[in-house]
Amino acid sequence: MAGSIEQRIPLGAEGAASLPFLDRIHEWVVTVDHKRLGLMYIAGGLVFFIVAGLQAMTIRLQLAVPNAGLVPPDMFNRLMTMHGTTMVFLVGMPILTGFFNYLVPLMIGARDLAFPRLNAFGFWIWLFGSLLLYFSYIGGNGLYGAGSAPDVGWFAYAPLTERAFSRGNSTDYWILSIFLTSVGSTATSINLIATAFSMRCEGMTLRKMPVLVWLAVVVSFMMLIALPPLAAAQVMLLLDRFIGAHFFDTQAGGSAVLWQHFFWIFGHPEVYILVIPAFAFASEIIPVFSRKVIFGYEVMVAASAGIAFISMSVWAHHMFAVGMTPAGNAFFATSSMLVGVPTGIKIFNWIGTMWGGKIRFKVPMLFAIAFLLQFLIAGLTGIMVAVAPFDWQLTDTYFVVAHFHYVLVGAIVFMIFAAIYYWFPKATGRMLSQQLGKWHFWLFFIGFHLTFDTMHFAGLHGMPRRIFTYQPGRGLETLNLVESIGAFVQALGILFFVINVVSSLRSGEPAGNDPWDAWTLEWAAASPPPPYNFAELPVIGSRRPLWDLKHPEDPDSKYE
Amino acid sequence: MAAAPAVAAQAQIEWMRSLPKKGRVGILALILTESSFFSIFVVAYLFYIGKSLNGPYPKDVLSPPIVNTICLLSSSITIVFAVRALRAGSVGTFFLWWLITFALGLEFIIGTGLEWHELIYRDGLTISTNLFGTTFYSLVGLHALHVTVGLLLILLVSILTLLGYMNPRYAERTEILSWYWHFVDAVWVVVFLTVYVIGL
Repeated sequence: MAGSIEQRIPLGAEGAASLPFLDRIHEWVVTVDHKRLGLMYIAGGLVFFIVAGLQAMTIRLQLAVPNAGLVPPDMFNRLMTMHGTTMVFLVGMPILTGFFNYLVPLMIGARDLAFPRLNAFGFWIWLFGSLLLYFSYIGGNGLYGAGSAPDVGWFAYAPLTERAFSRGNSTDYWILSIFLTSVGSTATSINLIATAFSMRCEGMTLRKMPVLVWLAVVVSFMMLIALPPLAAAQVMLLLDRFIGAHFFDTQAGGSAVLWQHFFWIFGHPEVYILVIPAFAFASEIIPVFSRKVIFGYEVMVAASAGIAFISMSVWAHHMFAVGMTPAGNAFFATSSMLVGVPTGIKIFNWIGTMWGGKIRFKVPMLFAIAFLLQFLIAGLTGIMVAVAPFDWQLTDTYFVVAHFHYVLVGAIVFMIFAAIYYWFPKATGRMLSQQLGKWHFWLFFIGFHLTFDTMHFAGLHGMPRRIFTYQPGRGLETLNLVESIGAFVQALGILFFVINVVSSLRSGEPAGNDPWDAWTLEWAAASPPPPYNFAELPVIGSRRPLWDLKHPEDPDSKYE
Repeated sequence: MAAAPAVAAQAQIEWMRSLPKKGRVGILALILTESSFFSIFVVAYLFYIGKSLNGPYPKDVLSPPIVNTICLLSSSITIVFAVRALRAGSVGTFFLWWLITFALGLEFIIGTGLEWHELIYRDGLTISTNLFGTTFYSLVGLHALHVTVGLLLILLVSILTLLGYMNPRYAERTEILSWYWHFVDAVWVVVFLTVYVIGL
């Protein structure tokens, strides 16, 4: 244990590679380093992405032709529940918090998050919560022999989740695992807020923080406010199920609609919790590949905060069909349309950033441009279903499924890929292949549009969601077949991505510290950064500290 | 030449001092998320007032726990005295106020326990009796759980003080703990108004 200080400091990347295998694993298990925890979040999220993707493929295979017999109905219910729950809580949340974990301290010139051990706690409770969800396949039977994995849908409407209708323990696994992952997310958001407010490097006032850090703060506040309603409702449901409380028990006067309100008070902000990180990536990537400063920094931040505020008061647009009062419908329809205003501001700002820029069509930028297009369409169909009478026609059809997959895949997954291509060199020291990346992009792009564009029309033709098969002769065969083919094209794209990551980790082109000629502080650190990030804490004078460094004759700090 | 790094270090120290303390930001964030959690239980309570299909009803069995409330709210004052004493450097005075705080909190928990005992054994109200029981025990119980957590933390600090580890340097940390305690008290005001004023 004795020795010089250099020997006792945790080893850097080169040093770690020479350690025996078990010691390297041990280093990762006991780490409190925000970069390692961030990478573990992202890696865990990607593993679950593959799992939930395979579930989606099975669903698409079953629906490719009418009256298919691949998956029995009860198993189909489990598949769609697990697909939705996994994609939201085990893929979206960890990947996005993983990126924030990794990037926020680097971008504000800090050595770690404010509470590193809390961060490690958050990761591990997320991981074990996630494993609990999948353990339900083994443990969910309970003593009843009644079904294994949760089959109540990702929003688990009461009273179907009550003891009388959901025997066994599958719903309990759903409750407990999601509750635990929420605890992890809450820990992360407290950490991110404390970090952004208390750990900034010298000169970085709040108005000089990178947009990504600002949006991390906005998302963290949203998580603090929006996750507890779900956790509270889950506690109530647990009390109902185990000690005979009556919160959602309609026979004792309880209200099933109350569950819907509580769930969507969480559920709708959750959509923005997932999509605002995508905005954050876009706001870093689009300027760098347009070679221009972000257009309207202040407005961008204000619009994001505006979206966060408005998104807290739109939840009941998921419930137009339950029979609210006309005043309620009108309020939630109007507030939902209002979200379009700040969102539109952001889209115009990104276009304004690209306008007149010198655009470099590298893979991250390709994904970002596709994101712009797809997010716009997702927003427009969103306005359509915000019109209550229109929604009555289309609620619980594939039109709604298409709309939210346009947000979740077309915007969020596309920006996650953009972010991976953009920051992979920083995290690993190696570039991802542009060639394979372009295959990945185009296959995924084409597959995405085959599947989800078509879904809109299937929905308009009356294809109901959450149904394990359909009858022939109703004009749905071709549309469903095209959707399924598109799913396989997407899977092929993902295959290229996996090959790209594996081969680039082994033999990718060395990246250097700043492969994209970017401007934020993470590119000033080594690739991969040492455990302490910066040997000397940076001092900055503008929003683009590396531009100032590279262009001392014309620094941004003169104009800000 | 030697002066330049010293100047830079001085500037950095001043910059760090100008930022808010991370412990305070962290506890405020925790309080925000806890408030959101409580508000859902409060909404559920308000929503189900008067919707129980059978008795006992709140009017029949509840009486406002005035003594408990006075104890809990005054513990918020005594904990401020404790932290102030520690800031002023007096560990002995700190410990005295700290123990008083603990005693007041303990009285509240015991009082709640006695109230529940009566409700269960005299009035036959349990969590599964009706919607009133469901919402009452979960809301008051959730608050009592938070008081218990606070008491355990106060107890931990007391034990450390007894073992001689307490030091005026830790005034900031005890202050952060006191913020949590203030929050628990503030929640009681809301719970009291919901259950014993609006709900009666």
